[in-house]
Amino acid sequence: MGAVMLDADDLHVTFRSGGDTVKAVRGVSFAVARGESFGIVGESGSGKSTVLRAICGLAPTTAGTIRLDGTPLTDPRPASFYRHVQMVFQDPYASLHPRHTIDKVLSEPLAIHGFDRREERIEAALNDVGLGGDFRFRYPHQLSGGQRQRVAVARALILEPEVLLLDEPTSALDASIQAEVLNLLDRIRAERGLTYLMVSHDLAVVAHMCDRLVVMQHGLAVEELTREALAAHRAETDYTRKLLSASEGYTPAEAS
Amino acid sequence: MTAMTRREWLLSERPASRRQARLGQAYRTWLTFRSNWLAMVGLGIVLALILVAIFADVIAPYNPVIGGDLRTARFLPPLTGDHLLGTDDLARDIFSRIVHGSRLTLMVVVLVAVIATPIGLLVGTTSGYFGGWVDTVLMRITDIFLAFPRLILALAFVAALGPGIENAIIAIAITSWPPYARLARAETLTIRDSDYINAARLQGASSARILWGHVTPLCLSSVIIRVTLDMAGIILTAAGLGFLGLGAQPPQPEWGAMIAAGRRFLIDQWWVATMPGIAIFIVSLGFNLLGDGLRDVLDPKARK
Repeated sequence: MGAVMLDADDLHVTFRSGGDTVKAVRGVSFAVARGESFGIVGESGSGKSTVLRAICGLAPTTAGTIRLDGTPLTDPRPASFYRHVQMVFQDPYASLHPRHTIDKVLSEPLAIHGFDRREERIEAALNDVGLGGDFRFRYPHQLSGGQRQRVAVARALILEPEVLLLDEPTSALDASIQAEVLNLLDRIRAERGLTYLMVSHDLAVVAHMCDRLVVMQHGLAVEELTREALAAHRAETDYTRKLLSASEGYTPAEAS
Repeated sequence: MTAMTRREWLLSERPASRRQARLGQAYRTWLTFRSNWLAMVGLGIVLALILVAIFADVIAPYNPVIGGDLRTARFLPPLTGDHLLGTDDLARDIFSRIVHGSRLTLMVVVLVAVIATPIGLLVGTTSGYFGGWVDTVLMRITDIFLAFPRLILALAFVAALGPGIENAIIAIAITSWPPYARLARAETLTIRDSDYINAARLQGASSARILWGHVTPLCLSSVIIRVTLDMAGIILTAAGLGFLGLGAQPPQPEWGAMIAAGRRFLIDQWWVATMPGIAIFIVSLGFNLLGDGLRDVLDPKARK
């Protein structure tokens, strides 16, 4: 394992609204090495997406620290943080502004951070995700779900971040498109040496994408596994085993 | 663009420039709007009002302020001589007065829209986006303004500022922004936690940029619809202030003031008060129809 790029130490996230408090994340720790692809797996409501949102500042960090490249993150995040960390959202139908053309979507981050050669960068970003210049001046409603998600990936990549947070990037897409987008993400990571932190409820996706993963349940990290351990079904906790067997669907009942 | 007709160029699914994308979007909206004939009637009335206001000097056969011979030309009924709509108690041609009055009406409408809409949008989006105490303070201020009936509050303002058409406009503008603020706030609340706003935050966009570039465009259509529908009310309020002698001052040919002046002769010389009344009615109707049509086209919730 190389140098640690992103790590969370005893992370707590508590939401308060009125008299209600919801402890979404209750002490999760993990470390992601530079260039590694790390997965967070769990059922709905296990707090896995909240971990991502806490990292990028969309959810409040109640206790614990998150460090990027060894430096603890401050709240609110400085603008420079977003040059290093970008996120791809789950639902491509909700993550693009309905009144903005793709061109506008891609040029805005460049304008915010004062990048030069904007025209070239936009063209290159679209080509990188497999969309030609044809798509540049379309509105999101003129695109399919897979195309939208490619645009979302292009938007995340255009600031040339080092870390990409992926919040179930394929769960809103149908199966054939899922593979396309996953291959795209795989290729980009190989080309650019990016660090991925990927959240999914789909073990097959995580097994395909990630070197290591952590399993979450009820806001707690239950178990950390490597891809090999996952493939060999060497899980130590009951919950992970249950999750593994559930993901296999109709396999004939085993003796275990 | 050689082999393509203009229509094909506009409706292209793969526009080649920012301009083409924007024009194409506008053209699609226009196509939807055009299919609604009532809305087109409204648009026609509003365009006619604008044209009449621009070319008032050419259209009006007489001076709107200086009357004719007081011995022979007072209270001429409609269609006598070349007085299309008759003359009033000071022997002024009513048609010419209505034509020139359209300028005042248009001025009221445009200025109120230009003053009240940005205030409402700014207060509403800021309030909805930031929430917390900003929201509380701004919304309580809005509530205070909403608690007064519009005409009464406008009356108070005009009484304080002094009568006159400019003060009437200011008074109406001050009293008409709160509903827009409420509307913009409601729209903002529904979108402020959406993924595309979060995505903008994650690009490091400042609050001002998000408010202006991301939130406002989505609130704009419903506010524009509301403003257009309110135009009729604004014209009526201006006319009401004029009627009460607090808006336009004589001899300005303001429609409300004209009705007020004519009401004394309503039984015997009905046309003096009726003609400007019909003008107010037609223009109000025009704005209402236009607003309805715009709602069908622009409101994303009504469509789809």
